[in-house]
Amino acid sequence: MLDTAKLRADFPILARQENGRRLVYLDNAATSQKPRKVIDALVHYYSFHNANVHRGAYALAVEATDAYEAARTAVARFVNAWAREAVVFTRGTTESINLVAASWGRTHVSRGDTVVVTAMDHHSNIVPWQILCQEKGATLRMVEITKDGRIDLIDFGRALENKPKIVAFPYVSNSLGTVNPTAQLSKLSHAAGAVTVVDGAQATPHLRVDVQALDCDFYALSGHKMLGPMGSGALIAKPALLEEMPPYHGGGEMIERVYDDRSTWNRIPHKFEGGTPNVEAAVGLSAAIAYLEKLGMDKVAAHEQELARIAIERLSQIEGVTIYGSRDHRAGVVPFTYGDIHPHDLATILDRDGVCIRAGHHCTQPLMRRLGVAATARASFYIYNDVDDVDALVSAVRKAGELFGVLAS
Amino acid sequence: MTDLSELYQQVILDHNRSPRNFKRIESANRKAEGNNPLCGDRIQLYVQLDGETISDIGFQMPQGAGCAISKASASLMTEAVKGKPAADAEAMFQAFRDMLAGGNNAPGKLAAFSGVRAFPSRIKCANLAWHALHAALQNSGDPVTTESARDF
Repeated sequence: MLDTAKLRADFPILARQENGRRLVYLDNAATSQKPRKVIDALVHYYSFHNANVHRGAYALAVEATDAYEAARTAVARFVNAWAREAVVFTRGTTESINLVAASWGRTHVSRGDTVVVTAMDHHSNIVPWQILCQEKGATLRMVEITKDGRIDLIDFGRALENKPKIVAFPYVSNSLGTVNPTAQLSKLSHAAGAVTVVDGAQATPHLRVDVQALDCDFYALSGHKMLGPMGSGALIAKPALLEEMPPYHGGGEMIERVYDDRSTWNRIPHKFEGGTPNVEAAVGLSAAIAYLEKLGMDKVAAHEQELARIAIERLSQIEGVTIYGSRDHRAGVVPFTYGDIHPHDLATILDRDGVCIRAGHHCTQPLMRRLGVAATARASFYIYNDVDDVDALVSAVRKAGELFGVLAS
Repeated sequence: MTDLSELYQQVILDHNRSPRNFKRIESANRKAEGNNPLCGDRIQLYVQLDGETISDIGFQMPQGAGCAISKASASLMTEAVKGKPAADAEAMFQAFRDMLAGGNNAPGKLAAFSGVRAFPSRIKCANLAWHALHAALQNSGDPVTTESARDF
């Protein structure tokens, strides 16, 4: 496991006391905390290099541009993108998916076509496709999940028989932690003639990602879940697709030439980056990637999976606790319920002990309906969590049981 | 630091475990639905309004769609307003809201929710049923959500 005692010192917020106890931050699937290196990178950028990018004729602007483009190189390397030009900076996964829906989707999807999503997708990988399908008169097909929380491959195969234009699914489920067989799903989708849109929000922070090996067409990620700043993110796409796609936002920077009545477009990826970009976010994301690369993503994955394994083992010993999701192929996400205690009450009780978890539908209402629950409690781990955090979680859950006189359901 | 027992007072835990007036009243002449889209809490409220009097009231929450605070609040609310004039119910709603906003305790058992003040993230849970009641009495017909009322 990772040397958490050493790592924790890198995260200023972890020194915070919560009701006299150490902060036990277990809501990493929502957002991660930031190491000092990332915070310092933001301060350093504004203190020494700030200027607008891609247009200045002076040294400072060149430095800002270099920092921004170096971040693009870092992202490309981190996910083994096809090329630097394959990386479009966005505000995060949601914007990345909306970009694909609005640009590739509007161009290629028409009346009678099918778009496939899964029942375990986050709303951000469902709603943009619903909007597109409603606009175009296309059909949205939701693939079912199995009882143990995986994509139902039989239903997936049936959905492909409709020859969908787009197949969208998560690499890792934010609600269940399931790691989906993304390369296999991409291969099947391609054989059916579809392009694949992979929601990588929960995978990129936690696994070694290789988009070329996955052979997906579009891959969306959020920087804030992987130690980077809020508002950082990227769409990674096959360059040939980006080349033929129309722009998403019109404005400065994305043009080649503006005539009175029309314009021509800049090269990729700039064609998709209209307006002044969030340079600060890119610079911070670059620092986050450097931090993760130093740790090694295989070690990161192993660390979280071990914590999840211990958490599942110890929570399961409490009578009345139900754990959701598959036994294996799981990232560091542990969704659970406890008897008839509503997850929000659990979260409030845990918070008193400084334990931060998420309670609710986790932006996956279709999944919650299939699990037959209105909400779950979710603990999600990251590099700075340790076995003490698991113990704090388990003991606070037991305390909730005592307070409520839990009835096992 | 506020102790958890001030939030989860015995009367609240009791009403969560055994909610009163937990029933559907098909014939009710006033109905309202309350939603908290952030957490998925949902309440269906049934009010029989005869003249100015709330002669019967019941509520339902789908399985798992109500936390202890929202369910107990709905239960205690129905007890408090049953048999009372609608104007009294509205006054109680005002007193309840004032309490959660930091004012004096609401009358009677409703004061059990004074502990919610220290848990801002749970105020919407406590208010949900009251907003549904207000909508039912106004006979607005539209579902109320915690995101449409400013003072939830």
